[in-house]
Amino acid sequence: MANLEVDFCGIKSPNPFWLASAPPTNTGGQIMRAFDAGWGGAVWKTLGDPITNVSSRFGGIDYANTRLMGLNNIELITDRPLEVNFKEIYEVKKRYPKHVVVASLMVETRENWREIIQRAEDAGSDALELNFGCPHGMCERGMGSAVGQEPKVLEEITRWAVEDAKTPVIIKLTPNTGDINEPGEAAARGGAHALSLINTVKSIVGVDLDLMVPNPRVGGASTNGGYCGPAVKPLALFMLSQIAKNPMTRHLPISGIGGISNWRDAAEFIALGATTVQVCTAVMHYGYRIVEDMAEGLSDFLDSKGMTSLSQLRGAAIGAYREWGELDLDYTVKARIDPNKCIGCNLCHVACMDGAHQCIHIPGRSQAESVAAGHYHVPEHIPAVPVTAAGAPAGRFVPVVDDHECIGCNLCALVCPVSGCITMTQVPGPTGKSHTWNDRVAAGTDVNPGSMLSTLQKRGLAP
Amino acid sequence: MQNLPRLPDGRLEERFEPAKPPYDAAEAITEANRCIYCVDAPCIRACPTGIDIPTFIRKIATENVKGAARTILSENLLGYSCSRVCPVEALCVGACVYNAWERSPIQIGRLQRFATETALATTPMSALVRPRKAATGKRVALIGAGPASVAAAGWLALDGHTAVVFDRKAFGGGLNALGIAPYKMQGNDAIQEMEWVAALGDVRFELGQGVDAARLAQLVDDFDAVFIGIGLGADSALGVPGEHGPGVYGAVDLVERLKSDPSFAVDAPHGAVVVGGGNTALDIAHELAVLGVTEVTLAYRRGRAAMSGYAHELDAARKDGVRLLEDAVVTEVQRGADGEVTGVRVARAEGGRAVAGTEWTLATSLVAVAIGQGRVTSLVEGLAGVQVDSKGRVVVDAATHRTGHPKVWSGGDCVNGGKEVVNAVQEGKLAARDISRALGGA
Repeated sequence: MANLEVDFCGIKSPNPFWLASAPPTNTGGQIMRAFDAGWGGAVWKTLGDPITNVSSRFGGIDYANTRLMGLNNIELITDRPLEVNFKEIYEVKKRYPKHVVVASLMVETRENWREIIQRAEDAGSDALELNFGCPHGMCERGMGSAVGQEPKVLEEITRWAVEDAKTPVIIKLTPNTGDINEPGEAAARGGAHALSLINTVKSIVGVDLDLMVPNPRVGGASTNGGYCGPAVKPLALFMLSQIAKNPMTRHLPISGIGGISNWRDAAEFIALGATTVQVCTAVMHYGYRIVEDMAEGLSDFLDSKGMTSLSQLRGAAIGAYREWGELDLDYTVKARIDPNKCIGCNLCHVACMDGAHQCIHIPGRSQAESVAAGHYHVPEHIPAVPVTAAGAPAGRFVPVVDDHECIGCNLCALVCPVSGCITMTQVPGPTGKSHTWNDRVAAGTDVNPGSMLSTLQKRGLAP
Repeated sequence: MQNLPRLPDGRLEERFEPAKPPYDAAEAITEANRCIYCVDAPCIRACPTGIDIPTFIRKIATENVKGAARTILSENLLGYSCSRVCPVEALCVGACVYNAWERSPIQIGRLQRFATETALATTPMSALVRPRKAATGKRVALIGAGPASVAAAGWLALDGHTAVVFDRKAFGGGLNALGIAPYKMQGNDAIQEMEWVAALGDVRFELGQGVDAARLAQLVDDFDAVFIGIGLGADSALGVPGEHGPGVYGAVDLVERLKSDPSFAVDAPHGAVVVGGGNTALDIAHELAVLGVTEVTLAYRRGRAAMSGYAHELDAARKDGVRLLEDAVVTEVQRGADGEVTGVRVARAEGGRAVAGTEWTLATSLVAVAIGQGRVTSLVEGLAGVQVDSKGRVVVDAATHRTGHPKVWSGGDCVNGGKEVVNAVQEGKLAARDISRALGGA
C-alpha cells in the first residue's frame, strides 16, 4: 500500500484529502465526523465579522440524469459567533491532534487581521487560509475576491498576515481574474507560504422562467453567486498548472480545489502540482463517506504505477503541459470503430458531419447520396459491415471512417456511447518527422501564431 | 364537436390494472434522458407510421411536452392509443440500439403515452397538428369506425374535406375500443381519442349504421370518395362436436363482451381452455387468468416456436398463471346434463394434426376459440374494379391504398388480413393522402 501521508508547508497530513472551507466545515461536530470518516484535514468555514446569511442559498446545474454537475451558492462566511468557532477549533485539535485544521479567515483592516490570526492560532489552527476568493457578497464589502482581483492589495494583506502569523499562511486565489498568475505572483511577493485554488467562479446559475427571478431565489430576487462542482474542474486544472509552472510561484505548495469528486480527480490535480486537494461539492452531494473510496483508489493507483508516495506523483504531468507552439505537428491519429462493439446508433456520423470534417460514412449510400448528405470526399469502396452485437437491430451497418478526410479530432470517440468502441489510433504523420510550430518559426518558415508582432505585420503596421 | 357514446359502467374490463402504468413527469424525463438520440434511428424504421421517436423523446427531456406530442401526431393521429396498444417489444422498443448493448431498451411506448396524454389534457389536438386547410366541399364516406378509418378521417378533415364514418356497432373505435386487452387500454380511452380526432375538422360518426352492398353502392355514388375499413368478420369455429352452445365463445366476441357489456360475467369454476396460438389467444387467456379463472390452459396445435403470438405476451400470460399446452388439438367439447361445458377432449398433435387414439379429457367450464376470424370483404365484391384476393383481402396499391375502383380506397385488417392497430393507422394515413390528391386537395 502506497503511503498517502503528505507534508504541506511542514504540516503533516494523514492523507491529501481536505475539506474545503464551506458548509461541510461549518462546525466542529461536522469536522470530527469527517475525520472519523477518513478526511485528513479540514479548512474551517471562513471566519470573520459576523454576518447574516439568506434563505435560500444554493442552486444546481443538472445534466440529463446527472444531478449537480455544478453547484452555485450565495452563502457568505460563518454566521456563528467567533468565540464559538474558536472553542470548537480547540476541541477538534485536542481530540484529533494528527489531523489538520486550517482556519479560513476574511476580515478588513490590519488590526482585524492581526487579532483574528492571533485567535485562530491560539485556538490551535495548524495553518491559516486567507480567503481572497469569495466572489459574492463579501467582495461587495471590499473583501474576498475584491482582494484576489487586486494584486497590490493582495500582496499587502499577505505581507501583514505573514508578519503576524506563526503558522503557515495559505492564500486562496479567485479564478475571477484575467490571469491567475497575477494574484499568484502577488501572493508570492507578499511572502505567502502556500497557495490554494480555485475558489468559486462568479456565476448566475439559472433563471426561474415562471417567476422571472434568477436562482437561487431569495423572495423576489437573487444575486450572483459562486460556482463549483464537477463543471469547474477543467478551469481549476488549468489555473493550477499555470501556478505550478510559473517560476515565480512554482516553489509554493498548492492545495488544489475545484470539482474534485473522486480519487481520479485528486490524482489529476496532484499530477499537475497539487500537494493536497480540497473537496466541497461532492461531499455536499454524497456526504463525508466518499473519502474512503478516494483514499483507497488513490493508494491503489499509486501501487499500480509503482509509486510509493504521493511525492512521486506530484507534478508528473506538468512537463507535458506545453504551449500550442510546442506540439508535434506531425503526430497523427485516425478514428477506428470496433465493429464488434458498435451498436449502430450513428452518433459518430452526425457529430462528424455537423461538428467536424464529414469523414464518417453510413454504408449503403451511392456516391451521389453521399455528396448530397454533405460529404466532400467519398471513398471508392465503403464496406457494409453489419452491426453484430447481440440484439442489434437488423439492417444496421458499422459507420466507416474515411482516413483521407479524418483529421483525428477525437469528436466521434467522445460522442460514442459505447466505451472502447471508437479508438484514436496513431498512424504515420504527413511528413514523417516530428516538428512544431515553434520549430517552423525558428526556421523562418512561419510566424509565431498570435504574437503581437505577427499580427501587426499581417496588417501592414509593422515592418 | 360530436360527443360519442361511452361504454357503460360496470364492465369486467374495469377490474384490470394497467400493465404499464403511466409515467409521471419526473419518470418520463428520467427515461427520456436515457435515450442517446440515434441518427436514422432503428426505432423510427421499426414504427409502421414512421414517428421521429428520438426527436419526441428529446423534447420530453427538455420539458417541451407539447412539441413532443406534435412530433408524434404529425405522423400518427392515433399516437395516443398506439402508445398503449402497440406491441412495442416487437417494434420500436425491440429495435432500440440498447438491446445490442445489453441494456434495457428505452420505454418508447410509455414515453409516447406521457407526451400525448399530457399535451392533450390541456391542448386540443388541432393545436398539435398542422393547420387545417380551407373547406373543399368534398365528402368522403368511411365504412367501419376502426383505427384505419379514424386515422383517415382525421387526415381528410385536416385537408378540408368532410368525413362521414359509418359503423354497424353502437360504439365506435372498432377493435381499438372493443378488442384491446384491458390491461393495455380500456375502451373509453379509444373513444375519447376518436373525439379528439373528430374535432380536427368536419368529421361525423354515424354509429349503429350497418352498410350492406346496396348501401355501399349508394355511398359510392353520393360521396366523392369511399374508404373501406371494415376489418375482419366473426371468430372462426373449430368445427368439433359440442362446440355450439353456452360456454364456448369466439375469442374476439368474448373480449368484446368483457369490454363493453356490464351484464357479462365469466363463470368458469373448473377453468378455461383457450384454443389457438396467436396474439388474440394469448390476450384472452391472459385476461381470463387476471380475472381469477384458475387453470387457464392455452391449447395450441403446434410447438411454441411456431406460435404467431409474441413471445413477450406469452411470457406475461404465463407469469399470470396461463399454462401452455403444446401440440394439442381440441377434438370435442363435452357438456353436462344441463348443457354446461364440463371439459374438452384433447388429442396429441404431430405437425399440427391430431394423432388418433391419443385423446384425453381436460376438465373445463369455458372454451374460447381464437383460431382466426372470417372475412367480410364480400361486401365490396359488387363494386366494379374492386378485387378480393384468395385469402379474402381487399386488393389495393401498396403506396396509395387505392382499389381498382377510382373512388374506393381501403385499409386496415380487411386489407392486411389482421395486423396491429398501428398498421391500420398507417394504411388510413396513406389512403387519406391519396384521396386528397385525387380530390385535388393536396
